[in-house]
Amino acid sequence: MFKNFMNWIEYRMPFMEKMNLHVMQYPAPKNFNFWYFFGSLAMLVLVNQILTGIWLTMNFEPSAERAFASVEYIMRDVDYGWLLRYMHSTGASAFFVVVYLHMLRGMMYGSYQKPRELLWIFGMLIFLVLMAEAFMGYLLPWGQMSFWGAQVIISIFGVIPGIGDDLTLWIRGDYVISGATLNRFFALHVIALPLVLVILVFLHIIALHEVGSNNPDGIDVKRPNDGTKIDNNVSDKFTFHEYFTKGGKKIIVDAIPFHPYYTVKDIVGVVGFLLVFCAVIFFAPEGGGYFLEAPNFEPANPMKTPDHIAPVWYFTPFYAILRAVPDQLFGAIFMFLAIIFLALLPWLDRCPVRSVRYRSNLHKWNLVNFCVSFVVLGVLGVLPATPTYTLIAQIASFTYFAFFGLLWLYSKNEKTKPLPVRLS
Amino acid sequence: MLKQLLSVLALVASSAAFAAGGPAVHLDKAPIDLHDKESLQRGAKMFQNYCLGCHQMEYQRYSRTFRDLGIPDEVGMQELAFTANKVGDYIKNAAPKADLAKWFGAPPPDLTNVARVRGPDWLYTYLRSFYADPTRPFGVNNDVFPLVGMPHVLQELQGVPYKKHETRLVDGVSKDVYVGIVTDGTGELSTEEYDRAVADLVNYLEYTGEPSKLESHSLGIKVMIFLLIFFVLAFLLKKEYWKDVH
Repeated sequence: MFKNFMNWIEYRMPFMEKMNLHVMQYPAPKNFNFWYFFGSLAMLVLVNQILTGIWLTMNFEPSAERAFASVEYIMRDVDYGWLLRYMHSTGASAFFVVVYLHMLRGMMYGSYQKPRELLWIFGMLIFLVLMAEAFMGYLLPWGQMSFWGAQVIISIFGVIPGIGDDLTLWIRGDYVISGATLNRFFALHVIALPLVLVILVFLHIIALHEVGSNNPDGIDVKRPNDGTKIDNNVSDKFTFHEYFTKGGKKIIVDAIPFHPYYTVKDIVGVVGFLLVFCAVIFFAPEGGGYFLEAPNFEPANPMKTPDHIAPVWYFTPFYAILRAVPDQLFGAIFMFLAIIFLALLPWLDRCPVRSVRYRSNLHKWNLVNFCVSFVVLGVLGVLPATPTYTLIAQIASFTYFAFFGLLWLYSKNEKTKPLPVRLS
Repeated sequence: MLKQLLSVLALVASSAAFAAGGPAVHLDKAPIDLHDKESLQRGAKMFQNYCLGCHQMEYQRYSRTFRDLGIPDEVGMQELAFTANKVGDYIKNAAPKADLAKWFGAPPPDLTNVARVRGPDWLYTYLRSFYADPTRPFGVNNDVFPLVGMPHVLQELQGVPYKKHETRLVDGVSKDVYVGIVTDGTGELSTEEYDRAVADLVNYLEYTGEPSKLESHSLGIKVMIFLLIFFVLAFLLKKEYWKDVH
């Protein structure tokens, strides 16, 4: 009965065929470690954001008069409205946590290198859209920090010579941030950007499955089949889709089917993540004032500037670079370059070895330098700009960019360790 | 190189800790407990008697307060909600908003979320830091909120507070030293009773800032227990499947 039904479907749409190709017979390297959870976790958080977002829009009113009050209505009068809202607000921060760790994973194991450049570019586009999505979402509760944070970020566009003022006017739809801005941000936040995000995630995965997943050793699991027998190859036990074996022209080494092996493993990761995520939602939804900022519990007031305006934590590394540069225009340019350089990594890194495990000590330390610079900038972006902090931010901005420059210089003739033949 | 990195990190961390220390005024820890229903009820009564004249709770309904504080609706409507018609009304006053702003220099802020904006410790210290200052329009000033526009509405409870100075020997020189705020004893309450009353009020404000907090904590514990069990099962399932691979 069920089989007949599936055949009926299959005759009209290649459902099982595609499931086999992308899930049941997709070869995933057998040595994925902790760092490989964050891709599937990012997808989980995206689904969380979409579902809780849909239910929040059922009671949210996108107008300057009602936005703040409707959020309070959701928090107090809607059944489990507080839970939906905290899942959404904590989800925003969680999204950036998992995406930053996912990107770091890519940097550690060289997952951006040939042939995964386009995969990396799609990832960077997802990151950009995610930042826009988060920024617009943060205006919607119409609190003090929503208003003034948006004011600061929109004014960054004002430094562009010639068109700056007109551009900010075009973004706001008004001379100041107003109900018009709120309405358009709502439209973009709930329809336009999520749609783009979902399409980009789809393309990210299609690109991933075309070139195959990288792994902590950075060596290929699909190799030309020259007929020699490979000992102890776990892949011999399994059937993989012929798309990956190219009718016997390729042999798959040390890879296992994504389902059930990585689905059951990812469940462990998901539950581990949910333990932390739910601890925040239920016991510390404000995230120490970093996920929901205290001034945001006061309605937006254009006449009253908060003592200290700081963007939400996930923007602060880039915000710190912006503030570290004395000239506004160049500050904005450097902030933008900080992201552009990340996107250019596949071409800045000229080393043929992917994984940090088999690269030079210089590269290891340079990667540490990048992480430290990023975290230091993130901390500084939260703090008010004093002369000392600005100096540290300048140093950290320099070391951030130095990562890319040094990488380009040493990677061409890097002293790498010999690569293993098989996955560890 | 590692050493240098660590020293930079330490520098940033210590200065971050300093900056996070916030205002120069020391804040007392508010002795509040959201499980203490009697304290919350006393706090609600204080809010109705002393705050609602000027401040409102625009986002909190009487019905919600009654339900969460264990007050029957009829009792609540009679004892607490003198200005409301229906139990579902928001906790609002009938004060003329434009005049209030004129009288006090700024419109009195809505207090529904004040504990989330300021924090309970700030509120607890603020309400105990008024002192007589004849240069101010209402004759009082505040250590936590200098030049505050609000009069000391709890003065009938606390008495007239003033800053006490003592002559003390400091490094062998006799100096005038500020020792704290004391009252003239004309209040209805002793210092301990007043502190308790303020704590009750702050407790209630902490509750109205996030009425879902009690519910979220009890639900959260169940969710965490479920997830812990799920984690063990998921881990065992993974181990079983991966026997094929290892």
